[in-house]
Amino acid sequence: MFDKVWLIPIFPIIGVLINGLLGRRIENINKSIIHWIACGAVALSFIVTCILFFQMLGLPADQRLYEFTWFDWISGGVLHTYVAYQIDPLSMLMCLFVTGVGFLIHVYSIGYMETEEGRYYRFFTYLNLFMFSMINLVLANNYLLLFLGWEGVGLCSYLLIGFWFSEEANAIAGKKAFITNRIGDFGFIIGLLLLYTSLGEHGIWTLRFSEVFTHVHLLSPQVATAICLLLFVGCTAKSAQIPLYVWLPDAMAGPTPVSALIHAATMVTSGVYMIARSNILYSMSPFAMGVVATFGALTALFAASIGLVQNDIKKVLAYSTVSQLGYMFLGLGVGAYAAGMFHVLTHAFFKALLFLGAGSVIHSMHHGLHKIHSHVDAQDMRNMGGLKSKTPITYVTFLIATLAISGIPGFSGFFSKDEILWQAYSSPHGHFILWLIGAVAAGMTAFYMFRLVFMTFFNECRAPEGAEEHLHESPKTMTVPLMVLAFLAAVGGYLGVPHALGGSNRFERYLEPVMGLGPEKLLHKAGGAVAQGAHAAAEAVHGAVGHAAAAVHEAGMGHMAEAAHHAAEHGSMFAEYLLMGISVAIALVGIFLAYTMYIKKRDIPEKLANSYPFLYRLLLNKWYVDELYELTVIKPLHGFSVLLWKGVDVAIVDGIVNGVARIIGWFSGVIRYIQSGYVQSYAVSVVLGTVVLLVYYIIKAIS
Amino acid sequence: MEMLEFVVPALNVKAILPQAILSLTALTVLLVGVSSPHNKKTSSLGYLSLVGVVVALISTLMINGARESAYNGMVLMDGFSSFITLIVCIVTLLTILSSINYQRFFPRLNCGEYYCLLLFAAVGMSFMGSAGNLLMIFLALETMSISIYVLAGFKSDEAQSIESAMKYFLLGAFASGFLLFGFALVYGCTGTMDLVKISAFLTAHPEVIHSKMLMGGVALMTVGFGFKVAMFPFHMWTPDVYEGAPTSITGFMATGVKAAAFAALLRVFFVALGHLQADWTGIMWLLAFLTMTIGNVVALSQTNIKRMLAYSSIAHAGYLLVGFVAGSKLGQSGILFYLLSYAFTNLGAFGVIALLGRDGGEYTSLDDFAGLGFKYPLMGLAMAVFMFSMAGIPPASGFMGKFYLFSSAMKAGFIWLAIFGVINSVISLYYYLRVVVVMYFKEVERDVVMPKPSAAVVVGLVIAAIGVLQMGIFPSYFWDMARQSVQAMLM
Repeated sequence: MFDKVWLIPIFPIIGVLINGLLGRRIENINKSIIHWIACGAVALSFIVTCILFFQMLGLPADQRLYEFTWFDWISGGVLHTYVAYQIDPLSMLMCLFVTGVGFLIHVYSIGYMETEEGRYYRFFTYLNLFMFSMINLVLANNYLLLFLGWEGVGLCSYLLIGFWFSEEANAIAGKKAFITNRIGDFGFIIGLLLLYTSLGEHGIWTLRFSEVFTHVHLLSPQVATAICLLLFVGCTAKSAQIPLYVWLPDAMAGPTPVSALIHAATMVTSGVYMIARSNILYSMSPFAMGVVATFGALTALFAASIGLVQNDIKKVLAYSTVSQLGYMFLGLGVGAYAAGMFHVLTHAFFKALLFLGAGSVIHSMHHGLHKIHSHVDAQDMRNMGGLKSKTPITYVTFLIATLAISGIPGFSGFFSKDEILWQAYSSPHGHFILWLIGAVAAGMTAFYMFRLVFMTFFNECRAPEGAEEHLHESPKTMTVPLMVLAFLAAVGGYLGVPHALGGSNRFERYLEPVMGLGPEKLLHKAGGAVAQGAHAAAEAVHGAVGHAAAAVHEAGMGHMAEAAHHAAEHGSMFAEYLLMGISVAIALVGIFLAYTMYIKKRDIPEKLANSYPFLYRLLLNKWYVDELYELTVIKPLHGFSVLLWKGVDVAIVDGIVNGVARIIGWFSGVIRYIQSGYVQSYAVSVVLGTVVLLVYYIIKAIS
Repeated sequence: MEMLEFVVPALNVKAILPQAILSLTALTVLLVGVSSPHNKKTSSLGYLSLVGVVVALISTLMINGARESAYNGMVLMDGFSSFITLIVCIVTLLTILSSINYQRFFPRLNCGEYYCLLLFAAVGMSFMGSAGNLLMIFLALETMSISIYVLAGFKSDEAQSIESAMKYFLLGAFASGFLLFGFALVYGCTGTMDLVKISAFLTAHPEVIHSKMLMGGVALMTVGFGFKVAMFPFHMWTPDVYEGAPTSITGFMATGVKAAAFAALLRVFFVALGHLQADWTGIMWLLAFLTMTIGNVVALSQTNIKRMLAYSSIAHAGYLLVGFVAGSKLGQSGILFYLLSYAFTNLGAFGVIALLGRDGGEYTSLDDFAGLGFKYPLMGLAMAVFMFSMAGIPPASGFMGKFYLFSSAMKAGFIWLAIFGVINSVISLYYYLRVVVVMYFKEVERDVVMPKPSAAVVVGLVIAAIGVLQMGIFPSYFWDMARQSVQAMLM
């Protein structure tokens, strides 16, 4: 069955072909055929993924790797690339939630986009194309195919951000995403080329994961660091980290299902996936890992601080996504790859749910405002309030997701976030400061999320007069996915209950075959080799006596190490409980503050803003990063390009090009004149040509 | 000296299976055409021919891989001949699909003779790829050429069509004379017409290699083949004939004849005259450069799309000659790949132009295409794909084709030729993209109405477009096939 893995990407691309080519006609006949095709395609992919997943689980852990070569792609010189897929715990995990969450969001889109006329088919075509690219990205068994998927999801992202391109802001947001990602991709592709050529120097021309990772130890540490950092540049753009995160908040201009699917649950986590996939490479460079962890932690804090004061419901969620992605990178950076991936999974559940819930709220607001012909912003939380009773399902599910993201014990986010924070503190790559930043950001998260819940669902309704009675719950196609995701967001965390809480962290064990060659094991191997070498040397020099002594010594050391290990385990258990308690306490404080400020004493926020105007404006304006980029990058670049345009291009290049074009044009006209249409003149040309050829060959014969 | 003996060869059907199928189909079509009343059964003859071509295509694929020399070396069956037959079958297939639509508006084309000639031309082309003897090459060439002279003048009620056929015939006969004279000189030197034996003779008698007689023969053969592939300075007929011939035939001439002539050129020069490679390289370098440059530069100022594509076809002959100059296996594989890619592309483009044909005339001026991209979106899209391929823009097949040709030249050390090739491609962008620009960015100027196309031509265009994209995005299937074909060439 594993050789049927190509079925997973084939269904969405069939959907793309049908809806893309015939969509306009189908839409005229019956709109519902379009979403049946699109949702059906993703559902089929999901089913196939499930079958393969359970088949893989049936195998022993060390056999869970299967590579399937679909066909040759490019072969020329030393470069041989295949469209080939890889089934292993990591790729199956990604594929499961990409197709699963993707399916739910497809279904949700039916309700959300129902009023869209004429471009309905285009929306679903893009969504399916996105699924196809994303599946290629996660299933690829080589970097090139991964990169293809990486670009493919990017393309779909720009198309969907600018889906309502007739509004200028949306088109600009699409462009911003495009340009920022180009910068990241530049780093990414240079990293790939460096990897390819530096392995090639050792005679290994490959970009296939399994081959790269078995030979990666040939690289010098400096080269490995350079490759890791370059690849990370790609991640900072795609997965929205400092300094290239700026596109993601603006990307919320796209339809809400898109924000949920692409800009929260799946595409933006592909950077995390890529680093987790390349864990063996990253483990070679502690420096690069430090960079990843530091940028991750800073992003988590920075984005959370912006989220504190935003009033647009989707903007809050966008900064929250950036912040949560920061957590994931923090996890990766301290070597806790499994914890990072675990957070990818739980985040996909609760963040997709949050976005879809927000979409449901916006949908309802739109409807209400539309009824009374009001032009008030439907996404501004200051116009909401009291929606608890109007949209009960949305409210309950949204609350579950909020509890999950805030890290309240029992909900999925708690387990994954806590695992990351604990590792940030305890791992050999970790540091107390990293933990502290993470914990503070967790408190901020709890605050801004509950602020959002209170402003939206509690208190009195602040919508314009008359709109209130038109607010109502969204259709079934929207609420059912909400409920499914709420279930997952609530219980998804039990996949990876840590040892400290009596679990066995099944999630980590599940990913072990992929993360198998982590730093510890590599060190272990290297240590073993060294010990063996020392052992042999000792034997040669000291003879039998020396040997015996060494053996006794070794045995003693072993006992001591074991004892120390036990002691450490007990100590660390306590530390883990302590840190867990602190982070939960911080989260509760955040919730309490939100409750006080937005339910109890609602004049506090304004007072605070008035007494600290500078800080408030700084956060409200997102630390002025956009303005900073405008001033330092865009303005000078624009000035320089104007100079190039007026000075170099118009004056020099155009002059040369136009001159050449004029000469060629003249020449063309002259030859055209020779083409008279007379057979005789053509024959003369043949004869002249013959004479020249004859002369040439006769000269060759003579000389 | 070997005497020309009369030997009755053993019948080997397998070696000539595709050609035999095509010939039988041609005769059947002719008989059915005679017995059915004129202009009645509109497209049955076309579909009948189609069946024959498809069967021939399947048989080609089935015998692909077999290597045999049959009929005393007259017919060589190897991967190379299979590949050429494959191209010829595809070319014929697409031409017939386009003709079935086109003939509805030009009833004069609707008769048994039309398809019969088409199929016999295909037989000739196919044999040019599998001929192992100079005599056989000449027979195949004439079978092909005479059919095509007639086809070019098939619109016998249009003066332009007849004029073009007449020009093509006169000049073609002229060039055939040179070719035959060249063959005679080679025979005179080596005493044999068998390609493999010529090579063996030259190996045994190296003093003959640089005799004036053999050199003269090579020069004259270059003229003859050069005429067929539209090489400078023997290209002058091309624009007039392409413009005058029925549109459904023009693409056939541009692709099929080119493929067949290049096949024979490769066989004769690399199998029989491989010893002279150092001698011909210099002049062929120059001719390749001039052919592509002249073709592209003159195409710039054309306003008639058929004429423009005629000059473009000259330019493509120049690109193909780059692979010939490279002379390596890589270059030869590149030529085969490019010929197939060009077949899909060019027949697609002419297929689109033929769509606009209707009673009493055609729309072939560039201005006629203004705004058609939005008026007929699928047609516009198809034309854009074919123009991108011609210009060599990825992911269309033209890009991969040029990539293989130019990189083979680089590897063989002809770096400047490759650079000129790239510069030429840049020049050609202008006139190919102009078609796209006119289609999409100009307002509709004339009231051009496209008659509703029949299913056959739509299928044909879809096949061509899929071929272009398949070869551009997943080139390895056909590329491996082309490489194996060249490896398996009987020497």
